[in-house]
Amino acid sequence: MRQGISQVDRYVHKSHFYKGHNLTDFDIPPNKFRHWDLTIDDEIATLVLTVDQSAPAFGSYELKLNSYDIGVDIELANAIRHIRLGHPTIKCVVITSGLQGTFCAGANIRMLAAADHSHKVNFCKYTNETRLEMEQASNLSGIKFLAAVNGACSGGGYELALACDHILLVDDRSTSISLPEVPLLGVLPGTGGLTRLTDKRHIRRDRADIFATKAEGISGNEALEWGLVDELATPTRFQQAVTSRANELAKLSSRLRGTPTEIPSTRPITSEKYITYDWVKVELFDTHAELKIFVTSNSDWLLRTALELDDVLCRLRFDYPHLGTLVLRTEGSIDDAVLQDSGLTHTSTSDQVELQLLWRRCLTRLDLTAKTLVTAIEPGSCFIGILLELALACDRIFMLDGQFEDHDNPLPAASIQLTETNFGSMPMWNEISRLTSRFWGDQEASKNLSPFLETEILAAKAAELGLVSATPDDLDWDDELRLFIEERSSFSADALTAMEANQRFSGPETMATKIFARLSAWQNWVFTRPNASGPNGALQRYGSGARAEFDNRRT
Amino acid sequence: MNTSIDYSEKIPNNVDLVSDRRLQRALESWQPRFASWWSEMGPASFQDKEIYLRTAIDVGQQGWAHFSHVKLPDYRWGIFLSEPETDRRIGFGELKGQPVWQEVPGEFRTELRRLIVVQGDTEPASVEQQRYLSQTAPSLYDLRNLFQINVEEGRHLWAMVYLLHAYFGRDGRDEADALLERNSGDPDHPRILGAFNEKTSDWLSYLLFTYFTDRDGKYQLGALKESAFDPLSRTCEFMLKEEAHHMFVGASGIGRVIQRTCDVMNEHNTDDVRKYGVIDLETLQKYVNFHFSVSLDLFGSETSTNAANYYSAGLKGRFAEDSYQDDHVLIEEEDFIIEAKDGLWSKTPKPAITVVNQQLRRSYIDDCAKGVRRWNRILDQNGVDFQLKLPHEAFHRQVGLYQEEFVTPEGTITSQDEWNDVASNFLPTDSDRDFVLSLMQPVYEQGQMASWISPPTTGIHTQGIDYDYVRL
Repeated sequence: MRQGISQVDRYVHKSHFYKGHNLTDFDIPPNKFRHWDLTIDDEIATLVLTVDQSAPAFGSYELKLNSYDIGVDIELANAIRHIRLGHPTIKCVVITSGLQGTFCAGANIRMLAAADHSHKVNFCKYTNETRLEMEQASNLSGIKFLAAVNGACSGGGYELALACDHILLVDDRSTSISLPEVPLLGVLPGTGGLTRLTDKRHIRRDRADIFATKAEGISGNEALEWGLVDELATPTRFQQAVTSRANELAKLSSRLRGTPTEIPSTRPITSEKYITYDWVKVELFDTHAELKIFVTSNSDWLLRTALELDDVLCRLRFDYPHLGTLVLRTEGSIDDAVLQDSGLTHTSTSDQVELQLLWRRCLTRLDLTAKTLVTAIEPGSCFIGILLELALACDRIFMLDGQFEDHDNPLPAASIQLTETNFGSMPMWNEISRLTSRFWGDQEASKNLSPFLETEILAAKAAELGLVSATPDDLDWDDELRLFIEERSSFSADALTAMEANQRFSGPETMATKIFARLSAWQNWVFTRPNASGPNGALQRYGSGARAEFDNRRT
Repeated sequence: MNTSIDYSEKIPNNVDLVSDRRLQRALESWQPRFASWWSEMGPASFQDKEIYLRTAIDVGQQGWAHFSHVKLPDYRWGIFLSEPETDRRIGFGELKGQPVWQEVPGEFRTELRRLIVVQGDTEPASVEQQRYLSQTAPSLYDLRNLFQINVEEGRHLWAMVYLLHAYFGRDGRDEADALLERNSGDPDHPRILGAFNEKTSDWLSYLLFTYFTDRDGKYQLGALKESAFDPLSRTCEFMLKEEAHHMFVGASGIGRVIQRTCDVMNEHNTDDVRKYGVIDLETLQKYVNFHFSVSLDLFGSETSTNAANYYSAGLKGRFAEDSYQDDHVLIEEEDFIIEAKDGLWSKTPKPAITVVNQQLRRSYIDDCAKGVRRWNRILDQNGVDFQLKLPHEAFHRQVGLYQEEFVTPEGTITSQDEWNDVASNFLPTDSDRDFVLSLMQPVYEQGQMASWISPPTTGIHTQGIDYDYVRL
């Protein structure tokens, strides 16, 4: 019985907007693509972008000049996933445009102007995750990416090219690359552009500054000289240059052999109360959601569960903004969990590697989900190895000390198990494991863990080792969780998001953490400022003929 | 659970303790701590004697006042909530009109816990403050009343501990333990509120404490009785019944002091009564000044955002909230405070929501004044030309708007030097206190009274004044 404030909804203008709202579909097979064309030719895959301008993801903007929105980017993410899992022969992916004279104009400005703040933030995060995935595929799967820039390439278009291993620019004495966000739109090149200029391509900072403030961009030789592109080719030689460069890149590939993995559909059954997949089920409440993973010994469990988790995290981000807290649970036998976890230790074929990387990406998706993450470890759960890794991604871990004594046949007390999976094969975006990050700077604590590898750890020991946050017994269990969730929903969601993002990534910075922290945090701040999104701001005024009005006070 | 404790016998209650496993477990570890606290910090003597005490064994008409002789350590401290009100609604604040809460909303957990801890902290504190008074009681009747108040303050502690145990999980249990770990006047672990760290060294102070400071308790409990957190509301409602007796002890006790002084003044036709072993009226006035002013401090700052937040959230209302003729939201309502400006008093308008403490304090002052009028009637009836007065509310304040001011009991704003020069006229001096202490000789013969106090008009619960309230 709850008569507390949680029913009252004082601060949240509860919008059951998902009733009748088109839920975002994150699972699109290549044969349903509207904007991309994927062709496979032995070792080379080619992704041709020809945006269907009359197919926006929402609203009524037109996707002119190969500009993109979330719909276009979801297809790109699916394409990469299919290449990685379904096509083990592919060693190089060519990204190019099917539109005459234009490679890609970046994110659609009308879409950005029309989108609410949370969509802008989610859109940028998702596109950043996809571009980082391309780089991860290059580094860890041996799939090289070639940007065949065969036309005007600006903003997010150039940022997409920056995520590739090699940028081949058409040299027709007019086509340029540019990052016009600051001078034209009053926002940042937020899809990793600023970070990759300096940290990946090592462009000198003053040149990066010049480039990022020069709306018309830089073309041909100068772009090559500055290191903004890797190669030039005239229009007549372009296709030949693409082919030979793609073959060169494929030769550099270290991709292992493997068998193609068939990617199952992850489309869930959704209702007002539940999002249901095969092994993942989410129950929706007023201000929080409870996600449970059912663990079995099925041979495709690892693949399916990772895809389902990934899918549901995207859905929770985009379509359920009012759910601020996510409670994670698992249910299943210890034997099954141990079995499944061991399935992630093999990396001798490309399909094994891809399965491991799929989980790794899924976990980093969790790390970057702007909701309070809580794990509830109860009897009947099996937080072992990869599943414990989910818990270690959380802001708080509650573990029941003992049994539910009132149950008729109480299950044995819950235990957790550390495995090799927890010690390095699933690093976060800062390239260290969640355990290393959790115990950052405390070598004693890390050392204390090693004797407990593959050992059942009960609540008291888990607390002593610092693996869990609190260990209430069955008398306090429900109340402690309820109060935590209610307290969380009473805090400012903005402050919580910011606080959690700070606490989740102890330790070193990487290009990825800079993109998600420095670049995205500044971008999200810029997005809320009147200079960008106010009625006279640059986003609103863009293309209207009227100049934006800026409040130019600085600190 | 391996326990053979008969909870309903040992701990009278109406909270279904028998079937509440969590509460049982919490109390199992707390109850021995309470017992050892009581033996170390409770009454310093008479623990082995039988006292004629009232025990609450039920909340009904018959049950809440059960009288019998009982030894203090055997007293059955119980847990009682007044009967629930059907479909009770929140009476004030932003959530006015919504159903009250049967559980603590996570959003307000910290604030509610704090309110309960602060209230709970005062209950054992007064027992500690009064620890040695049993050695100087003016009569067995008064000694019995002291113990009655002590055990009931103990029960009020139980009531607050019940809330902490039943509704606040592990944090609540830790706070309940801490209530026994802080002690009045302990330099390292003092009680939370300043007034509860002062010693109650003599019976005159004690009687004024029960009149003024326990009356603050009445107002605080009354404000918490309005709470949207229903278990807190019902707990406080029941505590108020007992609190009324404490104030009766103060009001009637001071009345008896006045009566005795009048008798001696008339008998010897003089104001100079100290030599006859009674308390002169000027000294009594100084004691009134002191206790009234320190009790005013307990209401907190005149303008308070904490109090405003508590009110808006529905956690703590005003005493008799229904009796206020306003919207009970207070955001749009206006009120005022009186500030000292250039040596004069000036009325400053304030949003009512920011002066909730002050509203509570004002009704407290009115209530205090009623008892003073009754005391003055005793003076009138005895033909004594003297009137006791409550000092100005800005007099001798250590908390709030007036803490930097030097104000006389009449309300004149002075300088620090001027005030210091005449302070001995306003507040008890060391020699006044020494004199009062010198009168504190125990009287333990049945029906006998100390020199400085008249007998009460009636005894306890139909017993005579010479009843053996304490079996020596």
